[in-house]
Amino acid sequence: MSLEQFLGLYNYWIVIFLMMTGFYIVISRGNLIRSIIGLNIFQTSVFLLYITMGKISGGTAPIIPPALAAAHSPHDEHTLDAHGEHALNGHSVDEPGAAAGEPIANGAAELAEHVEEIAEPVSAAVTIADGPIYSNPLPSVLMLTAIVVGIATTAVALALIVRIREDYGTIEEDEILAVDRRS
Amino acid sequence: MSMNTFPIIRVVTKLLIPYILLFALYVQFHGDYGPGGGFQAGVILAAALTLYGLVFGLEAAKRVAPPKLMQRLMALGVLIYAGTGVATMLMGGNFLDYNHLTHDVWPQVLPSGQHLGIFLVELGVGVTVTAVMTMIFYTFAGRQHIT
Amino acid sequence: MINEFTMIDVAILTLLAATAVTVARIRDLWAAIMFTGIYSFLSASWMLSLDAPDVAFTEAAVGAGIATVLFLCTLALTGKNEKRFPRFSPVPFLVVTITGAVLVYGTLDMPHFGDPDAPVHQYPSPSFVERSQDDMHGLPNVVTAVLASYRGYDTMGETAVIFTAGTAVILILRKEEDPDDKADGSEEEAA
Repeated sequence: MSLEQFLGLYNYWIVIFLMMTGFYIVISRGNLIRSIIGLNIFQTSVFLLYITMGKISGGTAPIIPPALAAAHSPHDEHTLDAHGEHALNGHSVDEPGAAAGEPIANGAAELAEHVEEIAEPVSAAVTIADGPIYSNPLPSVLMLTAIVVGIATTAVALALIVRIREDYGTIEEDEILAVDRRS
Repeated sequence: MSMNTFPIIRVVTKLLIPYILLFALYVQFHGDYGPGGGFQAGVILAAALTLYGLVFGLEAAKRVAPPKLMQRLMALGVLIYAGTGVATMLMGGNFLDYNHLTHDVWPQVLPSGQHLGIFLVELGVGVTVTAVMTMIFYTFAGRQHIT
Repeated sequence: MINEFTMIDVAILTLLAATAVTVARIRDLWAAIMFTGIYSFLSASWMLSLDAPDVAFTEAAVGAGIATVLFLCTLALTGKNEKRFPRFSPVPFLVVTITGAVLVYGTLDMPHFGDPDAPVHQYPSPSFVERSQDDMHGLPNVVTAVLASYRGYDTMGETAVIFTAGTAVILILRKEEDPDDKADGSEEEAA
């Protein structure tokens, strides 16, 4: 295994390690609060996995500087058809496939756009003309909502723990089960 | 849970809270331009209220942000969000199709369709997240301690 | 291949792993909660270095701020007494080792970190970064654009989930005789 491969996969391995640590806390500890802590660690490791996948080396955060945005925003909306978009794409990639796709795309059919997609698998998807490379915004969006929903569900779990403590007098799993069996 | 006996914590908190609130508002309303948005602003605002409640006591926090108001804001945020969608439908588009929030309502002041739609939606998210997080803190902190 | 970014990356990840192990082994519940806060803050720093400032914000405010407060509140309500547990439990350890080994085997043919040709960057094409320039009339933050506009339905669902969770917490933990509620009720009757 080369160093390059090790560094390329190191992130995934740490994420898996964190995930398994969380899993270990959940299954090995009887205290309910500790189980929720384990679930939290597990959850955060999933966030990290997604964010890792969105990163592009040499990229920057997907916030387009206003100056650059102004340069690229269409002054006349009618000129921006498939032709204009294609010029935007083709500029960044010097693939022979892109050249092959070009005349078809100029035909401006939706089908042609699909052909073009297949023809140029390289990073056209993440660059704007000659501007900087932007990391993928999609994983960020998914995780953003997941974090807030995660804390909301954690709060529900903790509320249930408080109620369990009030009714059972304990938050140890085995003691709760013992109380349940007695009644 | 009050920490009224620690003057350093009290003074530092009083100094910090205005900036936390300001930062939350910046994150909320500047979310289209820099990093930020409703979710982030909501949790930062709620963190400021939580800090206030931790240091000055739950009753003081409840005077600043009354629970009754917060309970209504919880629902209001979702209503703003869904209402934006209904508004776009009434203006002839699909649900949450902001392009129909047209430019000519108040041309020089209000931004274009997408900007306005995103702004309203983020506002709804921010209101709901703030209210929910604050209410969760109130509910936990207000619970009687039993031994 | 090894630049300063890789070094930051490796350092933060090593710290994260160490913190997670500490949380698993430490006996004091209060300390475990504090370490969870540190863990969240470290992951927020890592997210920032991975070009996700929006997520880093949220994780820092939620994980290190609100979650820690909620855990401490719960701890205050339930008491710190915890049954002593063995620091090392063999059977769960065996289970997670096997699961982890299978997952690591699964990563071997994953695209490398930072690879621009990874499948995740190929779809949708043209990407949201490109499309948002025309669709959003030059809105700079693509994350906000995707969150609120392209995935608007999704975000509305998430907001509804947060609302529901908040309502659930209030319902579970509301005191039976809350003076606020009584005043509220009489008001509504009067109206």
